[in-house]
Amino acid sequence: MNPNTRLSTLTIIAAFILSMMPLPDWAQAFRPDWVTLVLIYWVMALPANIGVTIAWCVGLMLDVSHGALLGQHALGLVLVIYVVHSQHQRLRVASLVQQAIVIFILLLMKQAIVLWVSGIMGHPPDSWLYFMSSLTGALFWPWIYIILRDLRRKFAHKSHY
Amino acid sequence: MQSLFLQGPSVIFRTVILVIASIGLMTLDHRSGQMEIVRNTLSYVLYPLQYTIDLPIRLYHWTDETLSTHETLLSENSRLEDLYLENRVRLQKLDILEKENTRLRKLLRATPKIGEQVLIAEIINVDVDPYRQLTVINKGSNDKVYISQPIIDAQGVIGQTIHVSATSSTVMLITDASHALPVQIDRTSLRAVAFGTGKIDYLDLRHIPHNADIREGDTLITSGLGGRFPANYPVAVITSIERSPDEAFVTVTAEPLALLDRSREVLLVWHNQPQIKGDVDEP
Repeated sequence: MNPNTRLSTLTIIAAFILSMMPLPDWAQAFRPDWVTLVLIYWVMALPANIGVTIAWCVGLMLDVSHGALLGQHALGLVLVIYVVHSQHQRLRVASLVQQAIVIFILLLMKQAIVLWVSGIMGHPPDSWLYFMSSLTGALFWPWIYIILRDLRRKFAHKSHY
Repeated sequence: MQSLFLQGPSVIFRTVILVIASIGLMTLDHRSGQMEIVRNTLSYVLYPLQYTIDLPIRLYHWTDETLSTHETLLSENSRLEDLYLENRVRLQKLDILEKENTRLRKLLRATPKIGEQVLIAEIINVDVDPYRQLTVINKGSNDKVYISQPIIDAQGVIGQTIHVSATSSTVMLITDASHALPVQIDRTSLRAVAFGTGKIDYLDLRHIPHNADIREGDTLITSGLGGRFPANYPVAVITSIERSPDEAFVTVTAEPLALLDRSREVLLVWHNQPQIKGDVDEP
């Protein structure tokens, strides 16, 4: 197995574990969307290997883990990953703060899509705290970026970036 | 070697296809139950992760049990023995009542009640979705769990299964915003529907007329209407009643009796399904 593939699979699994880990009630609204963040990193780093199709499969897994309608998170994730994929060269050269701002907008977009489907289904979340997860996600982005980049450089040394 | 150019169909084409696929999947999942197969297959991948997350908590309970002292065990044992005796006495009475009930029903030529079977399941400690009242249990279709099967605990009704995979099921609690449970008031047999609110600690009773005989502290039990839940299980206690003259109905809120966020062990109930007799533990 390609070291890049192995590392990306492992980190996505870790992101899933973080996203299902029990948290106290007050903290749940602030939990960043780990899976989306990690996937965004991998699309930026390896756009030739990881793209919208993988994002869709990961999104379906997210739907199952959230007990949501099948396709709800998948739809949001595919659109976010499409944007990242088409802009990955610009994103790579941006500073971490600029990246975090773009990521914030992208996470908001995904949440808006998920919210839109929940609204159609008749059970939208009842508080504005819903969008806090995008903010914490953006705040966590620099760390995620640096940790994953270092991991990749350490274990997958053959890459070009 | 990494190729310089992307192969296969273009990214925008793939995105459009996947967006259409997502919308199609959502529609199918919402309208029909056929997508459960996809969900079950994906659950197989997810279950080890959920199990891993739950493991530290399981380990904590296990060490707690293994390392408890002799005295604690003895005192717990004697307490449980007392409880057992108490419950035995109650059950004896209940047995006689049940026999009498069947006899009277026979006299009336009414259909006798079918017994209910239960199975203990454990809640897996994973967060599902903070904006919905869902939880995961460790029993699935391998244990003949079915979709919309009622779940109770020692205090009252917890909810029903909404997705069932081979080894685990997702349970929608009665407090989920899209859950409605047909209930009746124990004291007066007044029927109502208890709607979930999305908050773990209260239910809404809608469409109760102003002249209804309803008081704070009344117990709500399942009415068995709708056929999903067996009748006469406790559900909630009415905590507040607001009668304002400009509203068409009374605003009634009730607090669930079941320990929705604290139970570790829950009971799956089979009712009106005599054909599975023998496969499940008798209560």
